[in-house]
Amino acid sequence: MDHRRIRLVNKNNLYLIKTCSEILGQKISSIHVHLNQLYLTLRKPEDILVVALFLRNNSDMQFDQLLDIWGVDNLDAPERFLVYYKLTSLKFNETIILRVSLKLNEEAFSLINLYSSANWLEREVWDMFGIIFLNHFDLRRILTDYGFLGFPLRKDFPLTGYLEVRYSVELGKVISEPLVLTQEYRFFDFVSPWQQDSH
Amino acid sequence: MATGFSLINDSHLFQRIELVRPLYREGEDHTKIWRKIKNFTMNFGPQHPAAHGVLRLVLELSGEVIERADPHIGLLHRGTEKLIEYKTYLQALPYFDRLDYVSMMCQEQAYSLAVESLMGVIIPERSKYIRVMFVELTRLLNHLLAITTHALDVGALTPFLWAFEEREKIMEFYERVSGARLHAAYIRPGGVFCDLPLNLCDDVALFLDKFSQRIREMEELLVSNRIWRMRLVDIGVVSAIAAKDLGFSGVMLRGSGVCWDLRRVVGYDAYPSLKFDIPIGINGDCYDRFLVRLEEMRQSVKIIWQCLFDLPSGLIKTEDWKVVPPPRALIKQNMEALIHHFKFHTEGFSCIAAENYTIVEAPKGEFGIYLRSDNTNRPYRCRIKAPGFLHLSGLDYMSRGHLIADLVAIIGTQDIVFGEIDR
Repeated sequence: MDHRRIRLVNKNNLYLIKTCSEILGQKISSIHVHLNQLYLTLRKPEDILVVALFLRNNSDMQFDQLLDIWGVDNLDAPERFLVYYKLTSLKFNETIILRVSLKLNEEAFSLINLYSSANWLEREVWDMFGIIFLNHFDLRRILTDYGFLGFPLRKDFPLTGYLEVRYSVELGKVISEPLVLTQEYRFFDFVSPWQQDSH
Repeated sequence: MATGFSLINDSHLFQRIELVRPLYREGEDHTKIWRKIKNFTMNFGPQHPAAHGVLRLVLELSGEVIERADPHIGLLHRGTEKLIEYKTYLQALPYFDRLDYVSMMCQEQAYSLAVESLMGVIIPERSKYIRVMFVELTRLLNHLLAITTHALDVGALTPFLWAFEEREKIMEFYERVSGARLHAAYIRPGGVFCDLPLNLCDDVALFLDKFSQRIREMEELLVSNRIWRMRLVDIGVVSAIAAKDLGFSGVMLRGSGVCWDLRRVVGYDAYPSLKFDIPIGINGDCYDRFLVRLEEMRQSVKIIWQCLFDLPSGLIKTEDWKVVPPPRALIKQNMEALIHHFKFHTEGFSCIAAENYTIVEAPKGEFGIYLRSDNTNRPYRCRIKAPGFLHLSGLDYMSRGHLIADLVAIIGTQDIVFGEIDR
């Protein structure tokens, strides 16, 4: 059993944290472990290229799988979107989550040249949040309908959407119409006005 | 056109024009007979029986050889992630049954683990074993469907009919614990919904006893079947490097020879104390993945046997009444319990601001849930990572250079279910 496997057994990310902070110190604004998961927050969106390149190709890292990219919309924050990248090292059994914050209309950088799996994942983030990934060769919408407008997972997009689709007998085809609701969505707000945030 | 597929007319986006030089014929000036030949672009699905639901593929063909496959997905998109943001933590649970609708409880388990991790809840030992038992039954459900519909796609009807008999029996166990055959909502944050009914363990044991024989029968039908082998061996070969790069997980990764099983490497619920082997493939083709699935069914049977033998007695859910409702009998006597019951089923429970990424080994691969709470009773964001999404994105890579008939085998081997891909 070599020293790398021991890292796997004792399950602490200290080695990883130390190496990342030494080598990527300029690119990273914070490293923290939260609920047994290591998060790296990057200073600038373009740093993802260098950081991912290092994490993928360094022989002590070998994060060879990009298994997920997702966004989070913080509507009121100045840097509105967070884009998360989840990298996994199959060799060392480590998972690392990279985090990039973006302003509205700021572009992210595509990892498609490093990981093929970034292709659809970035398309989905584009589709759901409207975040453009530079250098992505095929940034089409993926989950929503052809010709869909708006970005559904943004917090200012209503749950019901804007259009409803139905089959029109008169026209003999499927048509989209502005949404008409017979009843408002029943959203019960249980948050007590007296309740203090525990943080 | 006799194939029954329709041509699409927005294909100009995808067509590449190639120069093809025809055979030189006597007396012709061969320098002038270069011709432009367009690739044939064809629509596959979304109503094709081998498309496993609502897959629309735009295929670019050179003769019958696939040059490019462009899956158009989203026909089953229901906005699950958005809906969950508007539901309480408990109301969100049944959505997970409806993602991958052939491996229901695995996803319930992933969500339950995510919520438990956020809430800092530790669940009793018995509930862990019950969970694992049902998750492994779910794995049988899924692999029975995966293998036999795959066989159905390439022309073998019998395994499908035989396996669905077994699936009915497993779904009966589902029904006995939860009342529902498919969308069980049985595994919940804090444990499981209720204890196992009387004699269920005996019946599971009886079922398992016979089920090993059923696996052998299926093996007899398929493993050495000449047609089956001709359709699968050396089709859709993925090397280990490619499988990692494409983000494959589960059987798709193990079939390529990478030994990686989250039940082992993460070790959630009762898995650390159970013994099982991880089968891996050698060649990374469709046939290897079929064999891996077959062996995984045997391992699942082994795990369920262990669960039956080792099933500890005790509680089946945590006693933290913020996360689970108090027992019925207590509500009649205890005012505090009644209040908790009422608050639990109306407001639900609140979770302090935290974020968490939970992964489990679903039958199809790594199923991940990113859950972020914000001090309210609803998740702020719930990201669902479906294994099939990345598998389908690798379809283009896997099917290039194959025939259309092989494409059907490749879709089958990927074990595509659109509930989870489109979400």
